[in-house]
Amino acid sequence: MGASGEQIQLGEAEVERLVAGLRRILAADELLLGREEVTPYECDGLTAYRQQPLAVALPAREEQVVEILRLCHGLGVPVVARGAGTGLSGGAMPVAQGIVLSLAKFMRILDIDPLARTARVQPGVRNLAISEAVAPYGFYYAPDPSSQIACTLGGNVAENSGGVHCLKYGLTVHNVLGLRVALVDGTVVEIGGTAPDSPGYDLLALMIGSEGMLGVVLEATVRLTPKPQLARVAMASFDDVVKAGNAVAEIIAAGIIPAGLEMMDKPATRAVEDFVHAGYDLEAEAILLAEADGTPEEVAEEMAAICAVLEKSGASSIRVSRDEAERLLFWAGRKAAFPAVGRITPDYLCMDGTIPRKHLAHVLTRIAELSREYGLRCANVFHAGDGNLHPLIMFDANRPGEIERATEYGGRILELSVEVGGTITGEHGVGIEKIVQMCAQFSPEELAAFRAVKAAFDPPGLLNPGKAVPTPRRCSEYRLTGSARQG
Amino acid sequence: MNDLTEQLRERVLAAATARAPLRIRGGGSKDFYGNPPSGEPLETGGHRGIVAYEPTELVVTARCGTPLAELEAALEEKGQMLAFEPPRFSPLPAGERGRGRGEAGGPALSPNPSPASGRGELGATVGGAIAAGLSGPRRATAGAARDFVLGVRLIDGRGEVLRFGGQVMKNVAGYDVSRLMAGALGTLGLLLEVSLKVLPKPAAEATLRFELPQDKALEALNRWSGQPLPLSASCWCDNLLSVRLSGARAAVAAARERLGGEALADADGFWQGLREQQADFFRGDAPLWRLSLPSKTPPLGLPGAPLIEWGGAQRWLRGELPAAQLREAAAQAGGHATLFRAGEDEKRRAGGAFQPLAAPLMEIQRRLKQGFDPQGLFNPGRLHPDL
Repeated sequence: MGASGEQIQLGEAEVERLVAGLRRILAADELLLGREEVTPYECDGLTAYRQQPLAVALPAREEQVVEILRLCHGLGVPVVARGAGTGLSGGAMPVAQGIVLSLAKFMRILDIDPLARTARVQPGVRNLAISEAVAPYGFYYAPDPSSQIACTLGGNVAENSGGVHCLKYGLTVHNVLGLRVALVDGTVVEIGGTAPDSPGYDLLALMIGSEGMLGVVLEATVRLTPKPQLARVAMASFDDVVKAGNAVAEIIAAGIIPAGLEMMDKPATRAVEDFVHAGYDLEAEAILLAEADGTPEEVAEEMAAICAVLEKSGASSIRVSRDEAERLLFWAGRKAAFPAVGRITPDYLCMDGTIPRKHLAHVLTRIAELSREYGLRCANVFHAGDGNLHPLIMFDANRPGEIERATEYGGRILELSVEVGGTITGEHGVGIEKIVQMCAQFSPEELAAFRAVKAAFDPPGLLNPGKAVPTPRRCSEYRLTGSARQG
Repeated sequence: MNDLTEQLRERVLAAATARAPLRIRGGGSKDFYGNPPSGEPLETGGHRGIVAYEPTELVVTARCGTPLAELEAALEEKGQMLAFEPPRFSPLPAGERGRGRGEAGGPALSPNPSPASGRGELGATVGGAIAAGLSGPRRATAGAARDFVLGVRLIDGRGEVLRFGGQVMKNVAGYDVSRLMAGALGTLGLLLEVSLKVLPKPAAEATLRFELPQDKALEALNRWSGQPLPLSASCWCDNLLSVRLSGARAAVAAARERLGGEALADADGFWQGLREQQADFFRGDAPLWRLSLPSKTPPLGLPGAPLIEWGGAQRWLRGELPAAQLREAAAQAGGHATLFRAGEDEKRRAGGAFQPLAAPLMEIQRRLKQGFDPQGLFNPGRLHPDL
């Protein structure tokens, strides 16, 4: 039965055989059992959802991963792969009747090839560690999610992570060339590679963003990008978010693809300024950051064009970073937006819809209306270049009913994103958090196609079951109750 | 603007009832590509028109039968382009003829005669370009066809109309089925609509030419690709290396200064001829092999003189070459070999147009085909005998 793993119930004998098998494969300190030991693994970055697994495996060698998969395949035990656990959608939340397969010990950069501009890394290598390791050769790894200090490449592959530079430099799917993958039964395959356009179907495209449901990444070969000689960022204030949104459209209409193009609204700016002191304009309704990179001549040309557009679009003030320190300071605020909001509220939920940018004003207006309706504050951080909107809904989990209200508010925002032609998740993944909204975005037939993809890679449905693709039953429940709430 | 969704769906449903396979065909410009097609022709050229184009969102959505030429003309008007430069492999529309290849322009250059009556006027379609998944000279730096696919609407083998992806750059809801369609040669479904990311045309371009033997040219290309230079295309043939620079005026000027070489006058014509395979190298009927390799692979010493593109990653060979030897050499280097243009017999002798896959990967592909097209209605055998 495809994708049925979430309903799996193991008998006592099977659990015993599982534990005995894991003990054979793993050293004592590579296996966590029992409530206290596995508790640190019961959730990822989405802490509202928790589940204790049967065991946590911490292998250090590829052969161990293969043997664990063979063992679990034989016993019908679900496996949830995990990197650094920084995911924001509960994609790495354990399954009750399954194990967590941590790849945290696979931290080696196996090969850096400066001539071919590639690096081959293990899945537990941190995103930023790649850029650090290749910096001496004049390269970096382009996708830069805000969690890049901690998040791992295996997790980036699972989520198709983006970052603030992806309008120009692409997402994980554009920067990972090949994967070495262990399939559900332990078979190891090479998918993609450094030669372009692999024959047959593009399995690499399916693997990237598959939330650990199609295979376990053992190695990734990534494209390295030459470091631009210079980067400068312009910071513009606007007294109206609509003006800021129009400025973004005008920059693109002028034929410019900025290296980064980010927007924050007033509540986000205020939270950030208190925290980072980046010199943000506290009176502005919206702040726009636009970065140009390249040769000094190129940056000068592009920055002049960007500033001309910003001025014409009614920016109330424009500052251009004078040096690298100031550029990093301007960005520091944006990159710290989530923790900054975390300081001013006991809890927050981070939404991740993507919308066609022309609907920004409408969507922000609706978010503000909903904020009043639910009585919850919301700050908005926006990857303006690519339409990816992160509303941060603030609440206090200790107040009865608030988490439910926040969740429902978030759901409404996601449904709004779908309504205007966007998507419920741009880069954080569906995981467990947005699984219900999948029923709003896709028809039963489309969801069946996703299940067919899952079954093509993982016929018994043991890899991260219950995530990302809802069961038909869950969707029929949603259609009954969800539509009532809409009215 | 013509929406034939219902008619196309009825055709698929009828074929499903009759268990009669379909051969999906847009403009017929890539009939030569892949394994010989079979099945009842299902023409998609009538389902055409640009459905939505938002220049400031960098997204265009078009029906599958929209001529590529029409789409690219619409983008051109707004100073934008399909950065993966999909080849049309069909006669250029009348207005553009002669602009491409100078004195040598015109249909006589086309390595393949124009397709039968009527089809030639339509030329390559958007659906065909994505189904074939082919990319032109800019691919090495800008990305491949699949990199620009944002969403698709398709009819599956059960006659259901399905939508995947969308019209936004970032979308991780569900598996990336849209990109899966790029290069699937229509074997997983009939593409109704595709949404593509578009990019502004570069402000400036220049092409430089160097006289270099193959090994030195490969070395230079790989070295330059690792530097912050605005490279956008490359071609080595007959000891001549041509390199295109695209970007901001200042960046192109600075790179020209740095790299030296000789400026090429009719650069647009040169790259167009390469993209459309109308350059001298591609003339005549001799089989055409495409080797896809890691860019830094040294010269392979295979029979015949290659034409090299994509910074070393795409290498073309002409002639009746030993298929097994080519495939072995490509695999050894970490790549693969495709018999790109050849007669049906030649392709059969080569064991098919494409390099075979490892058994476990083939098994996944079979199950994918089964999932989207359980009766095997769409383009059977075109990509692989089992798919």
